[in-house]
Amino acid sequence: MLRPDGQLQEEKVFKDPVHRYIHVRDELIWELIGTREFQRLRRIRQLGTTYLTFHGAEHTRFNHSLGVYEIMRRMVENLEKKMTWEKDERLVCLAAALLHDVGHGPFSHSFEKVFQTDHEEWTSRIIMGDTEVNKVLRRMGEDFPARVADVIGKTYENKLIVSLISSQIDADRMDYLLRDAFYTGVSYGQFDMERILRVMRPQEDQAVFKHSGMHAVEDYIMSRYQMYWQVYFHPVTRSAEVILSKILHRAKELLADGYEFQQTPHHFQSLFESTMTLEEYIRLDEYIIFYYFQAWELENDPILSDLCRRFMDRHLFKYVECDPSEQMIIWPELQELFRKIGVDPEYYLVIDSSSDLPYDFYRPGEKDERMPIHLLMPNGSLRELSRESDIVESISGKKRTDHKLYFPMDLLLDQQEHGEEKRRILTLLHQQEG
Amino acid sequence: MLQEHAKLLALLKETEEIVGRKKLQKMVYIAKRLGQPFREKYQFHMFGPYSEELTLQIEEMCQADFVEELREKKAGYYQYRYSLSSKGEQFLAAVFPEKKMLDKELLRALNEKSSKFLELVSTILYFDALTKEEVKTKVFKLKAKQNYTEEDIEEAYTFLEKLRH
Repeated sequence: MLRPDGQLQEEKVFKDPVHRYIHVRDELIWELIGTREFQRLRRIRQLGTTYLTFHGAEHTRFNHSLGVYEIMRRMVENLEKKMTWEKDERLVCLAAALLHDVGHGPFSHSFEKVFQTDHEEWTSRIIMGDTEVNKVLRRMGEDFPARVADVIGKTYENKLIVSLISSQIDADRMDYLLRDAFYTGVSYGQFDMERILRVMRPQEDQAVFKHSGMHAVEDYIMSRYQMYWQVYFHPVTRSAEVILSKILHRAKELLADGYEFQQTPHHFQSLFESTMTLEEYIRLDEYIIFYYFQAWELENDPILSDLCRRFMDRHLFKYVECDPSEQMIIWPELQELFRKIGVDPEYYLVIDSSSDLPYDFYRPGEKDERMPIHLLMPNGSLRELSRESDIVESISGKKRTDHKLYFPMDLLLDQQEHGEEKRRILTLLHQQEG
Repeated sequence: MLQEHAKLLALLKETEEIVGRKKLQKMVYIAKRLGQPFREKYQFHMFGPYSEELTLQIEEMCQADFVEELREKKAGYYQYRYSLSSKGEQFLAAVFPEKKMLDKELLRALNEKSSKFLELVSTILYFDALTKEEVKTKVFKLKAKQNYTEEDIEEAYTFLEKLRH
């Protein structure tokens, strides 16, 4: 049972390399951290395949979720001095921050693309379903789980609360930028979070920032911009992501075709057939994925075993820059040449685009788009950030799109067979780069 | 190759022109929910279901000159008109020849409606696991500034019913 005041007898702290300490005073939060659904996040990396590019990027959704909670705790502490709200809204905010990623699966980005699932839906199911998380939340009241799910799903009535966890500058993004920079070891990605929290002011629909703190917000936007290009959109990480997606596609296809696996994918079967239960989903983690990938290296299907070896041993695809309007001219010929040399283009010739990534730049926002960042001017009016900041304005209008064509260079360089076709493929590919 | 992009080009081909980013967002969402083969990921935002992925795909196609984007100044904001360029048409023909991907009638019916109405329809679809009364409560709370009436909501349900049959 929770204590009547809802507070722990003694404050608990987690040592954290990004925020130094994460403070927990509420029994609710402590008990949520102890649930099996939350502990599962220790087995899901925050940055998916990025560890193959930046070897330090082994941090998990568990670390990040605690970090988002800690930022939210500090935000709430500051905002409570400037506004009043219903008594339990504070705990709704903290629980939502802690649980916002609880529905993420292993390598969720690839999984979601291949199987058309949505981690936000799984988050809602974990919060509302028959889970330890739900039991802990329900002790706060029957409607408490639904309120937390609504905040995370951005359908909560109080839009200010939603904006603290999900907007163009929120607890989630602030933690992942700082944390991902720390663990990848890159020198960019830093900004003065304390300053941003100090200049944050509550408004009806969102938190805004005092004009005097504009430079701290500029740094945050620059950090987001640099992390996008240098870390999140790194071509090697994307190559690993491409191979991972193709492994899942291949396994799904083989299962549908009745292929007899030496290592049947029991853990994925219901996912492949879109019948996965909540319990089955909770049991999926990256350890399971690696187990199958290693086992599948020995499968008889040459495509599945080759792709798994490439992923596990980091023998990734190479890439060339790709202009879709040029590409469309040579695409049919390229595909035909791949078939002639006995390499299935469906699996070995892949275009990856900027829109395939779950990260984005800051958008100043025109009508009908997402809410932009607003500055609170000395006269009390609000101004969109890029209208005041030359730096933000200058990067807001820049090219944000990019396509790359991935392929197995090793197979093309081995020209003992089909030498002529392979040379032609290489010519076509390099023609792409201009 | 760029299969999801191609579906958006096909959408513009079938509708000839779509006016407004919000309208485009809501049309794709509603069409997806009604079984059209769009795969963009949506989340609930200030104006209802919104897909960052879709925004980026359109941006990519504008930069590849597959889509023409016309920016018009309106009172206090910009409005965007989208149509298929001749290069976009060539791409569709080269990469997806003879492939009929979308339901023209459905898309045209959506395109005839205002973006405000489509915002309501897409919001209703977003909450389709709730009862009609619960959906109404959600709409009145989350969309207070849009001033939707009971009649608007009824009209949206009727419209959806018609599209489904």
